[in-house]
Amino acid sequence: MSTTTAAFYLLAVLTTASALGVALAHNIVYSAFALMGTLLGMAGLFVLLGADFLGLVQLLVYVGGILVLGLFAIMLTHRIADVRVSNRSVGRGAALVVVGAVFVGLVRTALRATWVTRDSGPLQPTTYGVGNAFLTDFILPFEIASLVLLVALIGAVMVSRKEVKG
Amino acid sequence: MGDLGVQHFVVLSAIIFCLGLFCVVTRRNALGILMGIELILNSANLNYVAFGRYGGGGYDGQIFAVFVIMLAAAEAAIGLAIVLGIYQTFETIDVDATDRLRG
Repeated sequence: MSTTTAAFYLLAVLTTASALGVALAHNIVYSAFALMGTLLGMAGLFVLLGADFLGLVQLLVYVGGILVLGLFAIMLTHRIADVRVSNRSVGRGAALVVVGAVFVGLVRTALRATWVTRDSGPLQPTTYGVGNAFLTDFILPFEIASLVLLVALIGAVMVSRKEVKG
Repeated sequence: MGDLGVQHFVVLSAIIFCLGLFCVVTRRNALGILMGIELILNSANLNYVAFGRYGGGGYDGQIFAVFVIMLAAAEAAIGLAIVLGIYQTFETIDVDATDRLRG
């Protein structure tokens, strides 16, 4: 077993175990910290796939931004210590049946399909290529993305601020 | 990539997707549902990057993944703002309790 394969299985176990924690933990704070494990494992898998820039973006935006934002929201909505209030789960049996059926379908398809793969050569730094593609082929989506982020920022402030009367 | 095929990553992505779906379906805490959505988006990202890597090594898959991360950030900002708004109105973020519009 090569180092790459060992690293893949290590990261896969980390990611899957953390995702199980997100889905099943009794306390919402534990779920949030388990989500951090999943995101870190994902970043490792991206690096394993040769996407070093994307792995760092994952760390910066997800672990450094979205997760901290989520923890703030958890801390701001109180009664987190009460399990029945904080992280209730309902209908687990029925959900398990449906999700299990989806899972079996997905895995059967993934294993039966004949994937046509091409060798993409040795691993190389991707930052230059990604940045170049953003400013040439993908310039319009890139600009629209900045607009979407601006709208989301203003919208979040508008929704969450207290109404000032008068 | 040694003996790792693309199906390794696709199956792992399916596992993460199904756990995220389970989280979205069963959780009654709005923040828990948002975390499930993050899991689903991450599984999609893993597929994009894996197919990009095994399909010749272009940058398209990674660029799609960057856009997905960007949308996830926007979704988290708006979603958490809405959750805080719900909390200020209903004193809870249990999605079963917020049924004022039900006929």
